[in-house]
Amino acid sequence: MRIILNDREEEFFSDSISVNQMLELKKFSFRLRVIKINGVLISKDKYESTLINDGDNVQMLYLMSGG
Amino acid sequence: MLVKLSEIQDHLSNFTVGIAGAGGLGSNCAIALARSGVGTLIICDFDKVEIGNLSRQYYFSDQIGMYKTAALKDNIARINSDMRVIIYQKKLEPSDIPLVFSSCDIIVEAFDHAEMKEMLIESVQTGLPGKPIIVGSGLAGWGNNELIRSRKVDETLYVCGDESTEVGDLPPMAPRVGIVANMQANLAIEILMKLKHI
Repeated sequence: MRIILNDREEEFFSDSISVNQMLELKKFSFRLRVIKINGVLISKDKYESTLINDGDNVQMLYLMSGG
Repeated sequence: MLVKLSEIQDHLSNFTVGIAGAGGLGSNCAIALARSGVGTLIICDFDKVEIGNLSRQYYFSDQIGMYKTAALKDNIARINSDMRVIIYQKKLEPSDIPLVFSSCDIIVEAFDHAEMKEMLIESVQTGLPGKPIIVGSGLAGWGNNELIRSRKVDETLYVCGDESTEVGDLPPMAPRVGIVANMQANLAIEILMKLKHI
């Protein structure tokens, strides 16, 4: 499947993957982030149960301490 | 196109900006919005001014020990006495957020800890759908001007900062904190200038 991840096209060898699987496959190591799929915010406790499907628009924002 | 500053200030005077946190980001962002003529600020913070804050936050040595919300309100009044400043001196819980910020046209996220940033974003996106939030993320250290950016995720979510440096690894310093705070203010003005007032 192909998805859009932060405005760039990405290909995964699967029909759908969970948010957690995507984070593992992409080796995203940041501790805290905000993820939106097709404009809908996915809360942290839904990372395992939420599936990313072909054509989805996934947006991530990294949260770094400091303010 | 000729635009006078007074016309911009007149337009901005109709709007309200919420600022969550009155540290380095919040205090500097508030001052920039006060100078630009924004009508009302709603500022939330629970902390007091400490001597270490003076390296980057918009406070003065004779304000040490004051609540940041009260000190910032005083400092704004010395710059723009027409600005209405509403302060909440408390640590925000998720359930407070829709209530405190419902009258805001935009919310500026200016918390210190990443966990608090996450809590605020989730609460605003779910409890106040459609309300734009401008997040500050990645401002520690010095240099690397070219890595600091402003990014639109969608109509309700924006982020200013480098999204990679973290306070804890590097100290927060006045220039980069000020750049990100002023980017947040600049973006808030850009959004407000496109809004029609009632």
